[in-house]
Amino acid sequence: MSDANATVTGVTELTVEDLTRIMRESAGEDESVDLSGDILDSDFTELGYDSLALLETAGRISRDYGVELSDDDLDGIATPREFLTAVNRTLTAAA
Amino acid sequence: MSVDTTVRTVVTGVGVAAPNGMGTEAYWAATLAGRSGIAPTTRYDASGYPLQLAGEVPDFEPEQHIPSRLIPQTDHGTRLSLYAADEALRDSTLDPGQLDPYGMGVATASSMGGFEFGQRELQNLWSKGGRFVSAYQSFAWFYAVNTGQISIRHGLRGSSNTVVTDAAGGLDAVGNARRQIRKGTTAMLTGGVDGALCPLGYAGQYSSGALSTAGDADRAFLPFADDAPGQVPGEGGAFLVLEDAASARRRGARSYGEIAGYAATFDPGPLPPGQEGTGLVRAIRRALRDAGTAAEDVDVVFADAAGVPDLDRAESRALAEVFGPGGVPVTAPKSMTGRLFAGGASLDLATALLALRDGTIPHTANVSRPGSGHPIDLVTGEPREADLRRALVVARGRGGFNAAAVVRRDA
Amino acid sequence: MERRIVITGIGAVAPGKPGAKEYWELISNGRTATRTISSFDPAPYRSRVAAECDFDPIAAGLRRQEVRRMDRATQFAVAAAREAVGDSGLDLPAADPTTVGVSLGNAVGCTTSMEREYTVLSNEGADWLVDHRYAVPHLYDHFVPSSIAVELARLVGAQGPVALVSDGCTSGLDAIGHATDLIREGSADVVISGGTDAPISPITLACFDAIKATTPRNDDPEHASRPFDATRNGLVLGEGAAVLVLEELEHARRRGARIYAEVAGVGTRCNAYHMTGLRSDGTEMADAITHALAEARLAPESIDYVNAHGSSTKQNDRHETAAFKTALGKHAYDVPVSSVKSMIGHSLGAIGALELVACVLAMRDGLIPPTANLHEPDPVCDLDYVPLKAREAEVDNVLSVGSGFGGFQTAVVLARPERVAA
Repeated sequence: MSDANATVTGVTELTVEDLTRIMRESAGEDESVDLSGDILDSDFTELGYDSLALLETAGRISRDYGVELSDDDLDGIATPREFLTAVNRTLTAAA
Repeated sequence: MSVDTTVRTVVTGVGVAAPNGMGTEAYWAATLAGRSGIAPTTRYDASGYPLQLAGEVPDFEPEQHIPSRLIPQTDHGTRLSLYAADEALRDSTLDPGQLDPYGMGVATASSMGGFEFGQRELQNLWSKGGRFVSAYQSFAWFYAVNTGQISIRHGLRGSSNTVVTDAAGGLDAVGNARRQIRKGTTAMLTGGVDGALCPLGYAGQYSSGALSTAGDADRAFLPFADDAPGQVPGEGGAFLVLEDAASARRRGARSYGEIAGYAATFDPGPLPPGQEGTGLVRAIRRALRDAGTAAEDVDVVFADAAGVPDLDRAESRALAEVFGPGGVPVTAPKSMTGRLFAGGASLDLATALLALRDGTIPHTANVSRPGSGHPIDLVTGEPREADLRRALVVARGRGGFNAAAVVRRDA
Repeated sequence: MERRIVITGIGAVAPGKPGAKEYWELISNGRTATRTISSFDPAPYRSRVAAECDFDPIAAGLRRQEVRRMDRATQFAVAAAREAVGDSGLDLPAADPTTVGVSLGNAVGCTTSMEREYTVLSNEGADWLVDHRYAVPHLYDHFVPSSIAVELARLVGAQGPVALVSDGCTSGLDAIGHATDLIREGSADVVISGGTDAPISPITLACFDAIKATTPRNDDPEHASRPFDATRNGLVLGEGAAVLVLEELEHARRRGARIYAEVAGVGTRCNAYHMTGLRSDGTEMADAITHALAEARLAPESIDYVNAHGSSTKQNDRHETAAFKTALGKHAYDVPVSSVKSMIGHSLGAIGALELVACVLAMRDGLIPPTANLHEPDPVCDLDYVPLKAREAEVDNVLSVGSGFGGFQTAVVLARPERVAA
């Protein structure tokens, strides 16, 4: 249990593959959606993820990568690309 | 809208998740074959605890039954609930989409909520800190979670609720469902699938003083036996689709039987010796009256069967008072599952309906005959064939809860 | 003839001082009881504000052993029940205790006791395999909240139907609904009903933090709960209990009881949408309201006051504003609407019952409690929310609504005692 939550240090970029993996673990995946396709600009709701899924995912990323994601960082985020941009802005700033 | 007590309600679907069988027919076959689901605990390392046995639902792969999106946000018990509710709905062949938008609701019972999930998040909080607590904790452990998740999964927007009356809840939920139908809802998904098989849940059960400490799975839970050593906790239960009888008839649905009578009473505090079953007698008599059934017309009783000597005695005396000593066959198939808390009585209701269907009373396993203080005709050894028309199901909850329901086979 | 249900006694343990009178004094004066959490150090949490009860169980008449045995939520409920039964003038245990029942709402059980005992058994989270040998004798009762209903039933000697109703944040209203069902169908003549919760505990703070449901307005705790205000940013957790004595009308008349109000209609729906989220159009809540009005045989125009759920979250306040417009039509713009959560926070399974007590007192005194902290209304929330100051008004019929995790939507209509007498 502790291993899975160990902080990943020294990482300065979260990739779409990382995000997809974490979302699968944090929120499962909708059976009718192919997450391995080009999803960067898809709306999270089209991908089957609601606000709760995003909160759980954001919580997981902030723990695993040691970043603080403020309410403002996440406000209005609708797509994986926007999500990655917000996280990576914070990761770069912390590095 | 008032409660129209002339509205009849029938069970048109059954779904089961039990320690001795996933799915209604697997459970029923195991029960008739006397196969018990009580076995060494595997879900956590119980070697340091006085009881190392439990009634765990075996071979449950949530990925095969539950949408992936729901798995991270649900406790094990909620996944079992979703399984059983889905089976019941499929079994009923009822399509909620064909009903009025508010024509179907959910009524469940719970005892500890999603407790294993809760223990994990408590551990995250206290060992690592608040930001390690899951966003799902806010609802995954609370008592209403199964009602909410089932409602969402199946799009059921009618009146819905959750009752907590300890182990009486499995009947009280169905009583609530019947009330809703009598107020105008067409159908309800109702019942309880419960359990808290995790170390913290075990500690709670241990504190009740009711747990068995026996090591042999076949000797650990012996309701109505002279040497009853206490209870074995289990997980599981059943969901039923309860439907307005007129609606069921219109759509040509198969009916397992009618929930013909129901009542709940309370015993306020420890009663003097000899009066322990007073409230239970009242619950049974009220349920019979509600069903318009005389005691002699009841063909079988599914007992609460606490497996604790004092409680068993109070129950067997209450049954003898209503039915006369040995006046009706009494059975406790939960001897093969352990105590399922709020799920137990729902499973008993499902079992009673199956018994009515097949004309067979499943037996009480591992008990060769009732103890000397029990003036009841306990069905032991093997199932008993009988022409069954009406069954009584009895449930009691810690603190003084009593509930009774009468199910009647359709003529 | 249809059996009708009336309220003949009220009791409350609300944030601030315990007692229905003290509660009414607080909210009718528009004062708030929200403050920085004092029962433990809230420093690690995003939201550190709550509405706490200044409750001393011994002063409330509980014996030491009861205090040891009962969770804080149970203590609240017992204190409120004593007050309510005293207020009703009922002589309990009744001559026929089998006609007395209990229907109590509660959302999160005995959270504080459960968490406290968990920290002992697990060595503050170090051990997954908790040590059962350190369990207190009543641990099971802390884990299974039917124990709260048991204590109330024993207090009043109830031998009729007893239940704990747990529908998240609509529990308090739904318990009243269940009680009316029991009386209507003849299973009881008197039901001790209401709601209780004492959720202010680290695990509750952490889980609400995780979904950002609670407000981060920590620097201004007195003004942190801001229903319908444009600057609202989350709910303020509360605690407390309210108990109402519900009685069959003829039963109450025969003993010459004072009748506060009739529980004239109850509607409940589920949104089947989301465990924590709400559809913005409020469809299901609107239908619950419509159903409750129909049961009460009242037109929307006859509602004089709407006691809102008004939780101070972005989503909720818009959701129910939309629901009011759908269900009440043009009247939604004319009828005063207010949220007492602006003053006493959100006490989960208790709040519905506390709000009904506020409704009962608004009817009695012809005074509508205000929505505190409402200075700058959200443009989407464009109804009359009675900002800041209580308002005198003839209040004959009241609508109170609630919305809960799991998708529960409930509406209760209370009607004037005179209507009952007529």
